[in-house]
Order: sequence, then C-alpha cells, then structure tokens
Amino acid sequence: MLSVKYFASLREQLGCNSDNVEFVAGETLAQLAGRLANKHAGSLSDIQQPTTRCAVNQQVVELTVVPVDGDEIAFFPPVTGG
Amino acid sequence: MAMPSEPIFVSVQTHNFCLNEQQQALFKSCNANAEIGAVASFVGLVRAENNIMEAGSAHSGKLRALYIEHYPAMTEPVLRRLCEQVLEKWQLITCRVIHRVGTIPTGEQIVLVMVGAEHRAAAFAACECIMDHLKTSAPFWKKAIFEHDEHWVAAKQTDQAKVEQWSD
Repeated sequence: MLSVKYFASLREQLGCNSDNVEFVAGETLAQLAGRLANKHAGSLSDIQQPTTRCAVNQQVVELTVVPVDGDEIAFFPPVTGG
Repeated sequence: MAMPSEPIFVSVQTHNFCLNEQQQALFKSCNANAEIGAVASFVGLVRAENNIMEAGSAHSGKLRALYIEHYPAMTEPVLRRLCEQVLEKWQLITCRVIHRVGTIPTGEQIVLVMVGAEHRAAAFAACECIMDHLKTSAPFWKKAIFEHDEHWVAAKQTDQAKVEQWSD
C-alpha cells in the first residue's frame, strides 16, 4: 500500500487530506498521479498540473521517481510560506 | 570559538511570538554569548493591503487574514536542515526560526528569523538566505481570507529567482 497525502488546493479540491492506494511495482509518481486523477474522476484534476510538487517520505523528489511499497507520498502545489 | 549548547531553535506554532523575548532566548540558549557581535532578525507580517493575489485575479472585499497550512511531518525537519546549512555557511553562532500556522489576522506576525554571528555581514546575509530558502522549500501554503471569499496564494517566480542567487 501507499499512503498518499494532499495539501492546500489539492486537499480542498478532493475534499479529504489522505488516501491509501494499492502499490504498483515500477509505477512512477507521475503515473501514480494519473491513477489518482482517474480514481477521483473530476475532483483531482489539478494533480496533473505541471506545477504540482511531490514528496516521498517527506523529501521533495521529481515525478520520475518510482516509490517503494509502504512509502508516504505527498502531492501539493508550490509552497508559499514566509 | 566556544560552541553554543543549542545553536538552532525551530518552532512551527499557532501562537504569536515576542521579538524581545526571542532575543533574550537567543542569548540564553547560547553559552558563547560574549562571542556574538551582531544579531540580525527578520519579522514577516500579514499586510492589510490586498495585493497579495496575482494581478487580474478576482477577489472580494478587504483582506481579513491569512490561513497557513503545512505538512507537519516535513516542516520542522526542512527548517532545521536549512538552519544547519546556513549556520555552517555563514559560521553563525546561533539561529532561530519561528513560523506560525493556522489563521493569522492582518497586522500580526507570521515568521521570525533571528541569527547571532560575530560580525554584521554574516548576520545580515544569513538572515536573508534563510528567508529566501524558507519561502521556496518549506512546506507551507497561504490562503488569503477576504471579506467575502478566500483564495490560495500562488507562488511567485521572483521568490524562485531570488533563492537561486544563493547557489554556489
């Protein structure tokens, strides 16, 4: 399983802050984003925006990364703190 | 140079902070007090002006507050790593970062960066360097709460350009 977290506008668009999805060996984060967009048809379209960022186990990574079973994945828009 | 007992302090909190108390805490946390020749601090506040949104975006009424969301498991580790890197780069004696989350009304403080160094050049530069990196790498998101509606704030390209100036 993968634990998926959503923040800010993605969390609001979906209406919940986390998800548990089946782990698919060899799937990149970009492919996972596509799978999540399909799963939540229409309510998570922004996850495939080119500006969407991703973290695996709290480390920001590129969407070409392939996660491993049990990872915590987070999708979010560009940060705006400070 | 004697090393301070706790050179780095990081806090993500809902409550406000007092600049004077933080400066006292900075000295207290640092047993190399006498080595400090310069303290520089930056405080970011919620501006009452509502030009926080991108030009052309529609919003309604005056800005009331900012709502700040974060990624709890990631935020403090990111800020701590940032402080460690800047402490080493600028040979700081101590540094502290406080960032508030939740709903913060206009006029209130959002963020504090305070550093102690031997000389002012390092203190000024380190303070700015921490802020520039915080704005582009720490997992915080701002939502602008107006009188009649609310909108997520978009990241600025100028912030990204600014942080790139620090890359060696």
